[in-house]
Amino acid sequence: MSIAWYLAVSAIIFSLGAVGVIVRRNPLVVLLCLELMLNGGNLALIAFSRMWGNGDGQILALVVMTVAACEVTIGLGMIVAIYRRRLAIDVDELRELRG
Amino acid sequence: MSATTFGWLVLLFPLLGMLIIAFGYRVLPGRSAGVIGTAAIGLAFLAALGALISLQGQSPGHRQLSSSLWSYASTVGVDAKLSILIDPLSVFMILVVTGVSTLIHLYSISYMDSDRGYARFFAYLNFFVFSMLLLVVAGNFLLLIVGWAFVGAASYLLISFWYRRATATSAGIKAFVINVLGDVGLVLGTFFIFKHTGTLDFLRAFHAAPHVFHSGEADLTAGCILLLVGAFAKSAQIPLHTWLPDAMEGPTPVSALIHAATMVTAGVYLIARMHPFFELAPAAQDVGAIVGATTLLIAGTIAVTQTDIKRVIAYSTMSQIGYMIMGVSVGAYAAGLFHLMTHAFFKALLFMAAGSVIGAMGGQQSLDRMGGFRKAMPFTYGCFLIGGLALAGIPPFSGFFSKDDILLVTAERGGWHWALYVVGYIGAFLTALYTFRMIFRAFHGEPVPEARELEAGHPHHAEVPRNPATGEVEDTDVGFPGPEHTIAERALPMRVAMGLLALGALGAGLIQIPKVDFVIDDFLTPSFAGSAQYQVHTKNGLLVFGLCLGTLIGLAGIALAYRIWVLQPGIALAARERFGVIYRLCVNKWYFDELIDLVVVRPAAFAGRLARGAFERLVIQGTLIDGTVNVVRASSAVVRAAQNGFLRYYVALLVVGVSALGLYFLLQS
Repeated sequence: MSIAWYLAVSAIIFSLGAVGVIVRRNPLVVLLCLELMLNGGNLALIAFSRMWGNGDGQILALVVMTVAACEVTIGLGMIVAIYRRRLAIDVDELRELRG
Repeated sequence: MSATTFGWLVLLFPLLGMLIIAFGYRVLPGRSAGVIGTAAIGLAFLAALGALISLQGQSPGHRQLSSSLWSYASTVGVDAKLSILIDPLSVFMILVVTGVSTLIHLYSISYMDSDRGYARFFAYLNFFVFSMLLLVVAGNFLLLIVGWAFVGAASYLLISFWYRRATATSAGIKAFVINVLGDVGLVLGTFFIFKHTGTLDFLRAFHAAPHVFHSGEADLTAGCILLLVGAFAKSAQIPLHTWLPDAMEGPTPVSALIHAATMVTAGVYLIARMHPFFELAPAAQDVGAIVGATTLLIAGTIAVTQTDIKRVIAYSTMSQIGYMIMGVSVGAYAAGLFHLMTHAFFKALLFMAAGSVIGAMGGQQSLDRMGGFRKAMPFTYGCFLIGGLALAGIPPFSGFFSKDDILLVTAERGGWHWALYVVGYIGAFLTALYTFRMIFRAFHGEPVPEARELEAGHPHHAEVPRNPATGEVEDTDVGFPGPEHTIAERALPMRVAMGLLALGALGAGLIQIPKVDFVIDDFLTPSFAGSAQYQVHTKNGLLVFGLCLGTLIGLAGIALAYRIWVLQPGIALAARERFGVIYRLCVNKWYFDELIDLVVVRPAAFAGRLARGAFERLVIQGTLIDGTVNVVRASSAVVRAAQNGFLRYYVALLVVGVSALGLYFLLQS
């Protein structure tokens, strides 16, 4: 099977994730969409790994998963902290970094 | 030990004394600061004597010794060293400076006894003597400038010694500002000379002078006139003299030390030291001679009308320094320096005696309030009389020989110098007049209450010390003689100091009697070996005429003073009415303060207001500062619009940016 199919699926997943991050306002969904983007990237990495016949891409994919796990931990922790302070669970309301 | 080693010791002792007193004033018990200060200067005097003996042991051709401790900077064309020059001229000066300073320190031990700033006073005084000695023994232009500036700073500290007194601080600032003007002149003059000689060292510069300059060269004349500006500021010559009378705000020993015996003679020393340059610049010499003569005349006329006893002596100092400046400017180096020495003795003596009278008056300095102290203070009266006779030039007192020596050499130059000769004798008449006006008004006549109190054995003191100039109550936290203040008659150190100076004023003139001995001339010859104008042993011709004329004029001045202020006291008032214009001119000091105010202070203040009001507000604040702020603010407004705080907006921007970059590189490849 041509690598193009794998890349096409990877691009679709990545774009879905990106659109989700841009259009959704719930931080939980934003986090989920981020995961989608990362996994889209992972899929492309593994596909390339198979194409070249060595394990570099898979190792990199493992690293990305580790980073994703850390990111989710921090992101969920922040969402819980926001919830505990009874602030709105809405990224558009959290704009104190405005210049 | 060699003469230069003694020279370094002369510098070391006052420096050590200053450091010990300045850093140890909290632990020094009682009056030990005064003893340490006096001992330091006394040791310096002994070292100066050692230098003299050691120098006289050399053959006359080898009496210019320089010694260098280390080099600050030596590159091509600059030789900045810490070096001293010991030759007859500098040894002469250090002897006078340390000798008179020792006695004045001794006097101050008692005079400042009840002053709160006792240790501070002696630290300043030692610093001053150190600076003056540094100026005198400096072996290059650099060290000369350092000493020159130190002297100005020390003078500021001492004039403003009673720093809660507004008149004292403003007098100190005035002295400092005018002295800095002189420093600038000295530095610029040095540059003019250094540019051509290429060395800062005195001896090498003097040797180079005839080769690199031809007589009357414009650069050299400019340099010498700038040096003269320095000399005029330090020596209180017209028009830079206005600080000297105001400097009388300092304690009386300060007036005696700085404003009579040492600091103001620095200008005379400078001209004598720089004679190889001045002799190649006749125009600068003429400027010096004319300014000296003008000063001696104008200061004499002002002194006749002033009523503050210290100011009269201050104007007299200006006048006598005028003689010296005139002398060294016409080539009468030995005579000028001889007068410097005798003047140091009798002027310090006069100030000390005046300090004694002021002490007896409880701080009052006005001659109008004084009178009849002759019986109350016979010792002070005797000292004042000796000083006065020496100042007026009555034989055989010291001033008689030195003053006539200067005028004689001036006349020998011929031509228009005869005018200076005549001015000098008019000045001598005024000198005798104002000196004996002081004596007759302070010591003769009806005793004032203070004098009667003193005769009964109680020294008078004011209930509350007041500033004699303004009547303000003084702040005794920073000094001022308290109720336990002793006056000269009762304190042994003051009597010793005054007695020794009186001996000097009486006998110092005998060192060099015309046609009999030439001690000063011969001693100074090695320093002036290369001079074309320096002449010894040739004084004749006018000599006898001059000496007789000087005596007669002095006696005439005294006689007139006796007639006006003792025989017919009404004459003074009548003369004041009759010559109202001249009187007002003199009593207002020829309006020099007002003139300087008009010519310098007001334009400078106007320029300052203009700069602050218009330039600062419109150009600096309006254009440069506000302009920069506006540019930054406008550009930041653009950037700030992007920072709206929407997370989704940032993500979209990121995606668009990365996509654009990716597209760009795809299309490139």
